[in-house]
Amino acid sequence: MSTAQAPAVAVSEPRVRERKRKRRRQGQSPWIWVAVVAIMIFCLFPFYWLINVSLKTGADLSSSSLVPPHPTLKNYKSIFQNDDFTNGLKNSAIVAFSVTILALAVGSFAAYALARLKLRGKFIILGIVLSVTTFPQIAIAAPLFKLWTDINLYNTRIGLIIPYLTFALPLAIYILVSFFREIPKDLEEAALVDGATHFQAFRKVVVPLAAPGLATAGILTFIAAWNEFLLATTLTSSKAARTVPAAIAFFTGSTEFEQPLGTICAASVTISIPLIILVLLFQKRIVAGLTAGAVKG
Amino acid sequence: MEAATAPVTRPQGRRRKSVSADKAERRLALYMVSPSMILIALVAIYPIGYAIWLSLHEYSVRVPGLSRWAGPLGLRNYSTALQSSDFWDAFKTTFIFTGASVVLELVVGVAMALAMHSAFKGRGVLRTVVLVPWAVLTVVTAIMWRTIFEPDLGFANTVLRALGLPGAHTVWLGSEPQALLVMIFADVWKTAPFMALLVLAGLQVIPDDIYEAAKVDGSTAWQRFTKITLPLLKPAILVALIFRTLDALRIFDLPFVLTKGAFGTNTLSLYSYQTFQQNRIIGLGAAIAILTFIVVMFVSFIYIRFVGGNIRGLTDEGKA
Repeated sequence: MSTAQAPAVAVSEPRVRERKRKRRRQGQSPWIWVAVVAIMIFCLFPFYWLINVSLKTGADLSSSSLVPPHPTLKNYKSIFQNDDFTNGLKNSAIVAFSVTILALAVGSFAAYALARLKLRGKFIILGIVLSVTTFPQIAIAAPLFKLWTDINLYNTRIGLIIPYLTFALPLAIYILVSFFREIPKDLEEAALVDGATHFQAFRKVVVPLAAPGLATAGILTFIAAWNEFLLATTLTSSKAARTVPAAIAFFTGSTEFEQPLGTICAASVTISIPLIILVLLFQKRIVAGLTAGAVKG
Repeated sequence: MEAATAPVTRPQGRRRKSVSADKAERRLALYMVSPSMILIALVAIYPIGYAIWLSLHEYSVRVPGLSRWAGPLGLRNYSTALQSSDFWDAFKTTFIFTGASVVLELVVGVAMALAMHSAFKGRGVLRTVVLVPWAVLTVVTAIMWRTIFEPDLGFANTVLRALGLPGAHTVWLGSEPQALLVMIFADVWKTAPFMALLVLAGLQVIPDDIYEAAKVDGSTAWQRFTKITLPLLKPAILVALIFRTLDALRIFDLPFVLTKGAFGTNTLSLYSYQTFQQNRIIGLGAAIAILTFIVVMFVSFIYIRFVGGNIRGLTDEGKA
């Protein structure tokens, strides 16, 4: 219980701190540079190795050189001629976008009610929502596998969207509640005094102001849906619905005799690109979203 | 439940409203929460119930039409699972993996966070770089490390060979403790940076003055770390630990792609999957899934005993 007070220290004023730190750290110790370089290598090198292998074909694949001797995009061409892969990309895109949009719509309603409206048993509702994040997906996958087979949702995109949405909602609600709470109450109250209903206040005042929060929740939901593997493997069986992470896990080369290592690496690099772009563009937002959960707890 | 009514009596509460407006607000709130709650009930809570039902039945797709109450007291699936050495191997692997990876992630994460915190120049770049492993899909992470630990062409053995170290011909993913080590290593790579970001966020809200004061009092750097930094980071670390532990206990994709669960890397989730999906023994698979569920719930229960109050912080009640 003692940790309950901790959230109070969470709100930061980064700019003030930044200036202070600037003063304090005029001279940076060389050891810090060693650490910085070490962290960079640790984080980036493995992915570089993946790119390196993806640019090799044939005999080059059996050399362990750090740079591909004859770099080629052949592997990339070959994966885009592979039905399993291209369909996987399409399935992933459809599923991830649908889940993101639905989670934001449904989640923002719930989050607003939890953050602002009078409602009995809020603590219990939030408790239930959060407890879902602790559910092991496997406990859902086994019954859903049977259930979906019975009602013909097995191996369909909708059969993936529904459980993804359920697992995305807690995170979306969690992030949105903390963002909605930051919006000054006065604005809403002014709207209410002017005769708006609570719902109008939500739609016209709160949602536009919470746009950064929606973006954060949306990005994190998209990434989670794009990444999901367990349900994607359990609830699909063919390229009709199989998303791309599951598709590459079952990848074999386009021909029997081809060493599939190069193409698997190319596929891996390709599906990581959308997420890496998201990270580069929205780094601050993602960190804010991730730490909002943790630091505020 | 008592707490839910607290905001109404709060002095700084909303302006006074008529009883009917109050009712309307509550009704709207109910409408707004219900879609989420219905979905969660239908797709998370109902399936758990159904899984329990399945786990009490002998049911296999292999034998058409076979669906019957599984033996005396219906617990035969559970006794089958609990008596199989495969189950206990998976249990052991899951816990070794969880313990090792979470501890390593914490240590590496805190170290990375401290370095990032002291690095004034380049912190922005670092923060982006550190997000790369987090953004790389788990499946891709597994493929990546599989490629790096490839016996002949992989980077790991190439380095060992170049340095003339022993073990340059290790078949990493084909030998018993090594495969699990690679799996732990891959997980640490992917999630330590995430831990670092959470810890960094915690570090940034510690006021510098405390350190200055401690320095004036003649403390050593180590004392400042253990007496100031760590205690103040505790809430951030604790929450990160919970999330990481629960994730690690459910691990599925890493062993699936790295080894398909061979060589001492089979985890509870993967074992359940193999049983109900690949072998189509649904009743037994469901029983294993429920056992996994119980294990995870038990661990989260223990954690929540320590930090349970934090959920309150999100709703009105906590801020009162």
